Amino acid sequence: MIQKAETSPATSPQKGPGSRVRFQSIVRTVGMAPILILLCLLFEVLSIVNAAGSWGEAINQVMNGHFWDVVISGRFASGQNLSIVAQQAAVNMVLAAGMTFVILTGGIDLSVGSILAASAMVALIVSNVADLWWLAIPTAVIFGLVFGMANGALVAYLRLPPFIVTLGALTAVRGVARLIGDDKTVFNADLQFAIIGNGAVYGVPWLVIIAFAVILASWFVLRRTVLGVHIYAVGGNEDAARLSGIKVPLVLLFVYGASGALAGLGAVMQAARLYAANGLQLGQSYELDAIAAVILGGTSFVGGIGSIWGTLIGALIIAVLSNGLVLIGISDIWQFIIKGLVIIGAVALDRYRLSSSART
Amino acid sequence: MVSTVHSAPILEMRDIRKTFFSVKALTGVELTAWSGEIHALMGENGAGKSTLMKILSGAYRADPGGEIRIAGKPVTIDDPLSAKRLGIAVIYQELSLSPNLTVAENIHLGRELSKSGFIDRATMERDSSPVLERLGADFGPKTLVSDLSIAERQLVEIARAVHANARILVMDEPTTALSSRETDRLFSLVRQLKAEGMAIIYISHRMNEVYELADRVSVLRDGGYVGTLTRDELSAERLVKMMVGRDISGFYKKAQGEHHKTGALMLEVKDFSDGRRVKNVSLTVRAGEVVALAGLVGSGRTELARLVFGADKRLTGELWLEGQRVELHSPQAALSTGVAYLTEDRKAQGLFLDMSVHDNINLAVFGRDASRGGVLDLASAARRATAAIDVLKIRVAGPHVEVGTLSGGNQQKVLLSRLLETAPRVLLLDEPTRGVDIGAKSEIYRLIDELAARGVAILVISSELPEVVGISDRVVVMRDGIVAGELDGSAQQPITQESIMELATGARITTAA
Repeated sequence: MIQKAETSPATSPQKGPGSRVRFQSIVRTVGMAPILILLCLLFEVLSIVNAAGSWGEAINQVMNGHFWDVVISGRFASGQNLSIVAQQAAVNMVLAAGMTFVILTGGIDLSVGSILAASAMVALIVSNVADLWWLAIPTAVIFGLVFGMANGALVAYLRLPPFIVTLGALTAVRGVARLIGDDKTVFNADLQFAIIGNGAVYGVPWLVIIAFAVILASWFVLRRTVLGVHIYAVGGNEDAARLSGIKVPLVLLFVYGASGALAGLGAVMQAARLYAANGLQLGQSYELDAIAAVILGGTSFVGGIGSIWGTLIGALIIAVLSNGLVLIGISDIWQFIIKGLVIIGAVALDRYRLSSSART
Repeated sequence: MVSTVHSAPILEMRDIRKTFFSVKALTGVELTAWSGEIHALMGENGAGKSTLMKILSGAYRADPGGEIRIAGKPVTIDDPLSAKRLGIAVIYQELSLSPNLTVAENIHLGRELSKSGFIDRATMERDSSPVLERLGADFGPKTLVSDLSIAERQLVEIARAVHANARILVMDEPTTALSSRETDRLFSLVRQLKAEGMAIIYISHRMNEVYELADRVSVLRDGGYVGTLTRDELSAERLVKMMVGRDISGFYKKAQGEHHKTGALMLEVKDFSDGRRVKNVSLTVRAGEVVALAGLVGSGRTELARLVFGADKRLTGELWLEGQRVELHSPQAALSTGVAYLTEDRKAQGLFLDMSVHDNINLAVFGRDASRGGVLDLASAARRATAAIDVLKIRVAGPHVEVGTLSGGNQQKVLLSRLLETAPRVLLLDEPTRGVDIGAKSEIYRLIDELAARGVAILVISSELPEVVGISDRVVVMRDGIVAGELDGSAQQPITQESIMELATGARITTAA
């Protein structure tokens, strides 16, 4: 009877070891959010200083009682700029959501940038066909899905290493993207679905709505479906997953298929913004930003641990960095260096934090 | 021959103790070996043979207090390198060669020859040749190790030891993976090394090998030293007695007459082979019966269980369940047919250590409970988890604690409850109490009993003889991939530690029923 009382849930907030576990899981969920907030603050302050001309001038103005004027002069936190940041993050978020599935199984998908380019070419070419333009979006997504499934089949059934398979696909699909458009840029000035790239609902850009819808759907799959648990299980311990009756190949097929399909969706978003697609240039090194977002989000590179919310934060960090560095006038060259170092530093910090708190 | 008056033995180990986190692995063991002697080391699984040899090879450090002398001089063995310098070479069951390198490179591994900074392959190959020739190898020093058979690789390891002027050679069950012709060749090689004055410590479970080779035999039991027999004192009966005389009083014992009346034939394994470790094995388990699958490590028990479960592919054989022939091509098929397997390696192959107790318990049934769209039924999952924690008395703060933070016994209970959630008709339990504390052990025994009472057919693989004797209605003993014999507990075939050990080591060959 005493045991009953102890184990009965929901009567009171958990105490003792239970609350420590809960705290740890909160720490893990929140993950990189503090770093995102710090970065935002930093860029806001730096953009204020930029507007004032120098640190001395900025401090002077605050001293002279123009505090609110100074705060408002910061360009980073303006509604317009934040909307731009969200739009910049949107395509990467969609790719990173697919990448989260793959990395959770302990795999990697290097081919998403190339798939995005090929799918964008397909989307624009179909949109230029008079009667079939409405097929542009589904065709692009299915095109991505097929390439993703091909990756998945090679990984799941031939047991080839994901890195090798998708590295090959990175190159091969890039070639396909160039082949499709005869290695030329395809335009469509009257793109029927351009609203996706440039329109907004009540001030919220469609790109952002789509990205968040994808994040929400991914959360649902990962946390509320059998498939989601199986994805975590395969990444956590593939042998045990097989012995527990999980159809490991099907799970792998799904994650690579999802990654490919989401790359196709990203292609639609990108094409809608540009009214054009180019097989050679589009989506170059997008896979790296997507991987960086997932890793920044605290997902373990060996699989089994991670969340889609972490990926959301990670994608935002990358977008904020790119936007903020431009805003305060850092040169393109230094942007690369700083971005790279921030990614390494943030993950190092995360590891350190987790290793000190997770041990009991 | 052995008691040379003037010289000291090449190896003396005295009062060797080793404790791992308060678990006593060795409690005062001694071992003496002379040059030109083959000294067999025997003992049950977990008796401490490997630990002792790891201390000799420098992989572990003994607790202070004991003494090791090499040729009369006290030495300390801090690490594998100092063992090597003292002339000690160990050939483990898992060979430690680099398959991507040549024979000559492997022989010189860690002692590569170089000429002005560049590796000197020519000289390495030249001075490997005589050693290989002397050992009767029919391959050259330039051969890649990956192109060699297991027996040939073993020969490379021996060549490495000879080349390093080893005086003491430890061989850990060297014949497990060899054919009988290869075994003969190995034996004549071992005798040749003995004649050349090497001391050979030969770890083996096999009575006939020990008879054939050993000058003396030392026996360990439960981390303690039991005694040493010389060749003329050797008898199978005596050795088995020395190996198994464990105190059984602390162990669970199924009360006589408490045996459930067993039902119809549930599981029939007919003529199973996998082409490697399992050779034409047949056995049966009735509903409500607990059958122990005993045998030494490496006798093919786990392999057999995995074949039944569909985790590995078999070459021959038929599987019958409740009188119907079934094909289980995958664990998934097995689980949905009602056959569940508890792995012997719960951390590597069983649990998802980063996932919660709740998820681990439900993992095999999430799919069954889910709605058609594959959306999780969180309510029934929570119910299952809470109920399992309650029934199996899993000590955990709550269902959402990660399994990795639990003790071994509680982890095992989580894994067991995952199997039980699938409501199996046949349970294959591989070492169900390994690494589990006493309390959890008796709870697992109680659970096995309850399941049998409910009519589940249970096959338990166990290396703990007292456990086998305590829980089983019937015992099937495997040796070298075959069924060596069956003990049904009758007066003619009593289930005792001695009778099991005799079958497992080949000291007694019964006509299998």
